[in-house]
Amino acid sequence: MNGEYGALQGKAALAGLLLGSLAAIGLAIGLSVGIGDLPIPLGTTLAAVTNRLGWTTVEIDRVYETVIWDYRLSRALVAAFCGAGLALSGAIMQSLLRNPLAEPYVLGISAGASTGAVAIIILGLGGGVLSLSGGAFLGAFAAFCFVALLSNGTRGGADRTILAGVAASQLFNAATSYIVTTSGNAQQARDVMFWLLGSFGGVRWPEFMLVSVVVSLGLVACLCYARTLDTFAFGDETAASLGVNVGRARIVLFALTAMMTATIVSMVGSIGFVGLIVPHTARALIGPLHVRLLPACVLIGAVFMVLADVASRALIPQQVLPIGVVTALVGVPFFSIILYRLQRAS
Amino acid sequence: MSITAENLVWRIGSRTIVDGVSFAAEPGRMLGLLGPNGSGKTSLLRLLTGLKRPQSGRVLLDGSDLASLGARTVARRVAFVEQHATTSANLRVVDVVRLGRFPHRSWMSRWTHADDRAVDEALQRAGMQDRRNERWQSLSGGEKQRTHIARALAQTPTELVLDEPTNHLDIQHQIGVLKLVASLPITSVVALHDLNHAAMFCDRVIVMQQGRIVASGPPDAVISETLLREVFSVEARVEASPHHHRPHIHYLR
Repeated sequence: MNGEYGALQGKAALAGLLLGSLAAIGLAIGLSVGIGDLPIPLGTTLAAVTNRLGWTTVEIDRVYETVIWDYRLSRALVAAFCGAGLALSGAIMQSLLRNPLAEPYVLGISAGASTGAVAIIILGLGGGVLSLSGGAFLGAFAAFCFVALLSNGTRGGADRTILAGVAASQLFNAATSYIVTTSGNAQQARDVMFWLLGSFGGVRWPEFMLVSVVVSLGLVACLCYARTLDTFAFGDETAASLGVNVGRARIVLFALTAMMTATIVSMVGSIGFVGLIVPHTARALIGPLHVRLLPACVLIGAVFMVLADVASRALIPQQVLPIGVVTALVGVPFFSIILYRLQRAS
Repeated sequence: MSITAENLVWRIGSRTIVDGVSFAAEPGRMLGLLGPNGSGKTSLLRLLTGLKRPQSGRVLLDGSDLASLGARTVARRVAFVEQHATTSANLRVVDVVRLGRFPHRSWMSRWTHADDRAVDEALQRAGMQDRRNERWQSLSGGEKQRTHIARALAQTPTELVLDEPTNHLDIQHQIGVLKLVASLPITSVVALHDLNHAAMFCDRVIVMQQGRIVASGPPDAVISETLLREVFSVEARVEASPHHHRPHIHYLR
């Protein structure tokens, strides 16, 4: 009976946590929509959303309405889903490779995506049929295949996968630099640089549709593997002896993270650190069991990214910082605190 | 016969690691696997648990071929405790033991009372009930090994395979772990380095050298001065212990 009471209490706590997190995301998004050259009060944003949903008919200034719907809301929502997706991918990679430094880019995915992107921007590959995002996606996919082949399919161990990822990153980064230095002009080089550091500048509703579907599917699929991920705590051998098909689990989960990461990178550039710090934060808060850890990563990642986007617009007046700069500048001190606390705890 | 090996061969490249091994483990008994470093003990255990597939030969579980059973089906009856499996995850003892229920649970099924019972019983048997909420990192070597054994027992196996479970433990915990394994009512196959411990606790032993079985039988029939000289390259005297009547080895300087 004691156990059931505990479980009930756990459920209530979990529900509270979930509601609280959703409220936090809502507030962060409201803040993100409100900040800019034209400040918009939280109430107006809320009213605009409920109006559109048909729940209310509050009178709102047309200008506000346009700014909210055409620019800021989609941007904030895309930021939330990107943060969620990167954090989720980071958690999966860290568990699967049993390496605290693993993050979505460890498979060379962002390097591959940037090669794909510069091939489109500078070399003009694809003859206009392929968009920059399309090129980045293909590049990311190529990097993933390269790593999969180099790490000997699914049979290679975790270390081998990481080494293959390092090799892929080096190769694709070299290819990117080669293309930029031999063919690009100064303006193109600057464009590429800005894109590489990440920006939510150009995202609208079509991007939202794509990233929300991909990340939601990714989350559901990863949650199905939550228990399997737990068995990897003691390594591949223990997982296999518990009846896990290690090779299949690995390839499915890598493919899922690659798909999410490639979609995000091709849309907003490579935004570092989120995939690294959010899972560690979530683990420190909620423990290592994946059924809870994965949703926690999604929620924390979403809030973190929306706030990072706010910071990128608010820190320097009249100028937008690349989002990757903000995530690193905010992330590193934050990460140091966590490392310090972990050290003290153990 | 609970678990049977038939002419197992396993190679890495051109090196033959396990070279035509056949034996049968008696149900409910403790079978010791002895042999010098590199004699193929660990590889043989991996073949027995289905973690590796033999190039030829087969492993039978109550007559059915291991290769024809799914990994989950195998994990429901054969549990494996590997050498030095550790984690940096901040798991509690009970979380680790719960992993043992993985093969018994279907894709989305909920945690049941049967699962709870299996976990409690496993913790109890391994003597870890009082420490169930301790974190992995705070455990001593002996407690970690007991936790692994509890995890394996939570699989409710009929065969338990252990790879040098007493490695790196102090003498109290070495004896403790071996007593625990010997007291279990299930078949166990245990790779061991300490021959005196093997003689004390195992019902039968198998001695391997260069991937082949060179001797097998009850400890008092197998452990001899000739065997120690020829397989382990040590001079020793073997006599029946006046305390437990099993063979006892005095190594000579």
